[in-house]
Amino acid sequence: MQQTVAAAEFLAACALSRVDAVGGFARDGLLSSQEVFTQQLVTGLSNGMIIALIAIGYTMVYGIIELINFAHGDLCMLGAYFALTVVGALGVDQWAGTGGIMGLVLVLVGTAAFCGSLNWSINRLAYRPLRKASKLSLLVSAIGASFILVNLGLFWGGLPMDVFADGTSSAAPKAFPALVSAAPAAQIGDVIYSRTDLLVLCVTLPLMVALTYLVRFTKLGKAMRAVAQNPTGASLMGIDVERVIGASFFIGGSLGGFATVVYSLYNQTVSFQMGYRMGMDAFIAAVLGGIGNLPGAVLGGILIGVIRSMSDGYLEARWTNTVVFGILILILVFRPSGLLGAKLREKV
Amino acid sequence: MAISSKRITINLLLIAAVASIPIIEKFVPLGLHISDPMTDVFVYAILGLGLNILTGFTGLLNLGVAAFAAIGAYVFAISTCEIYPFQLGFWSALGLTMAAGALAGFALGAPTLRVRGDYLAIVTLGFGEIVKDVLVNMDSITKGTQGINPLPPPTLFGHELGGSGQYWLFMVIALLVAIGARSLERSRIGRGWISIREDELASRAMGIRPDHAKMLAFATCAALAALAGALTASRLSSSGEPGNYDFQISILALCIVIVGGIGSVRGVLLGALVMVGMNSIVLVKLTELMGGSDAAPPAALAEAHGLQWAFLFVKTWAQNVLISPTNWKFLVFGLALVLMMIFRPEGILPARGAKEDAPDGDEGPGGVAGGVTGGGASPVATKELRP
Repeated sequence: MQQTVAAAEFLAACALSRVDAVGGFARDGLLSSQEVFTQQLVTGLSNGMIIALIAIGYTMVYGIIELINFAHGDLCMLGAYFALTVVGALGVDQWAGTGGIMGLVLVLVGTAAFCGSLNWSINRLAYRPLRKASKLSLLVSAIGASFILVNLGLFWGGLPMDVFADGTSSAAPKAFPALVSAAPAAQIGDVIYSRTDLLVLCVTLPLMVALTYLVRFTKLGKAMRAVAQNPTGASLMGIDVERVIGASFFIGGSLGGFATVVYSLYNQTVSFQMGYRMGMDAFIAAVLGGIGNLPGAVLGGILIGVIRSMSDGYLEARWTNTVVFGILILILVFRPSGLLGAKLREKV
Repeated sequence: MAISSKRITINLLLIAAVASIPIIEKFVPLGLHISDPMTDVFVYAILGLGLNILTGFTGLLNLGVAAFAAIGAYVFAISTCEIYPFQLGFWSALGLTMAAGALAGFALGAPTLRVRGDYLAIVTLGFGEIVKDVLVNMDSITKGTQGINPLPPPTLFGHELGGSGQYWLFMVIALLVAIGARSLERSRIGRGWISIREDELASRAMGIRPDHAKMLAFATCAALAALAGALTASRLSSSGEPGNYDFQISILALCIVIVGGIGSVRGVLLGALVMVGMNSIVLVKLTELMGGSDAAPPAALAEAHGLQWAFLFVKTWAQNVLISPTNWKFLVFGLALVLMMIFRPEGILPARGAKEDAPDGDEGPGGVAGGVTGGGASPVATKELRP
């Protein structure tokens, strides 16, 4: 009998602690002011633009071969390690003035080329042999590729270089040097727009414009749209389908490369396990916007960035991942076509 | 198909060989200590068999099976640990755990019946992440990252079991689950699952209710995964921290199913032996053999030049990470998945009839995985691509 009473008390305590958790959600909201909100919005938009750039890589690949390229986030992780290696080789000290900008451009372009080529090679080795297999075999292969990249990141972190802390603890997160200072670039009211925010904007916006131009107005872009619509039809029209697929992997990967450099500069820490988190955020963004839809990926990325930032600021940061994954599940269950995607036909 | 007496003999011999490992270790001091990791193999075999019901038989890819194991471990921990008021015995807690697992399976299965293929895989992945985060965050109940301990060890007829006793108990449970899975496969329910995997529309036309069958597959998978989680918790006397039940465990379970032979019970048992053996026996033993690393000091590297520098650089790097075989774990998982998908999608011990069941020619060399990993659920007629 005593045990029953104790059990009832425990269950009641469980119920109460749930209420507590919900109470925590609302508690901080009361302290909000216009500035806090705007500041969170700025942070969210900056992160969102980075997420959007990675999400484009997911959405391009999905649009063309209907593969959730699970390895994309880990590709970006390796890109961050590549960038860190280049920075370490160039020397961490002199990054001011014109030389600094040149160096930054070099790191950006180099990492983009590295990620693009790596993504192209992954496609060639792990996905192309499975072109005729089912979508799920392809997904399993992509998960395998993702694990291989994670392990390469672990190896990479053991390089005996200063930037990797002499590689003595390969699994530990590495500090990414603050090449662009987080000093305020502008201040309006109490809201600070930092130089890194500016950097994010200067890198992501031109790339998105360039990509839109490429997909809309160039021959390659037209070929990509044709392959996405109907690969057999496209190949009958003389399009080299494999080449177009390879090109989309390269382009998606190099956008991820740009994004990962900006991400590392913005967050100033990299680890071999960060690819999973980056990849999931970007994938959720792509799904939210409507996977296969380029403007959708950008919209989704910005929304996810803002939602994360608002959840960090107004709920509790430890619940942010739950919120974001909850959104993913709700979209997939109730509106799999996403915000901008066309309504899917139910196929039997 | 009747089982030939030859096959029964082989199976009995294998079981006897596995059962004798603790005895041999006791009397022949080879210093291998493999009975402990072998107990892990049994637990992962149960997890793999559960996943095999959902992913192998029914063709629904689940990337969040670790979440069910976590739910099992925590339900077991809360119902037995002395700091909570329930304090059930080992066996009644095990029963409760499986029931809770099945309930969790329904909870995930019901809303996702309409979600297909790779989207379902992502939903299960998200579910796994949410369960892990909730377990960490609800620390007033779950003790957060500390995990719940101590937990009572497994008992049999009132006796607490030690190392060898647990080994045999877990082996028997894994065997019972395997026999159960085998019988289920041939039963009306199992044939229903397989027909859904092959062609959902046709099976509906044959009078199978796909929604019911899928829910049942989800619940069975979740109950077995919860059982595996509870057994581990009891063996380690702790629920472990929620971070232990992460994506990596789900992928290990998936590797077990895919490497062994998706949809094949004997394949899953072999897969558990190969993958867990690789993970907790081979890599660990190799690391012990290699001994500690003695990386060159950074100063020596700074002074060296040219070829000598390159040599020292590579040597230090190798001693930092490459030399430790446990650092190759993810590579082993990853390569196992990619190579199996490309070269032998049906696994080492393919399910009976997997080859003949391969769908039409356009599925190509991946035909078996195409059927088995459930591409069959909705052959994509036209692509719906938005430019």
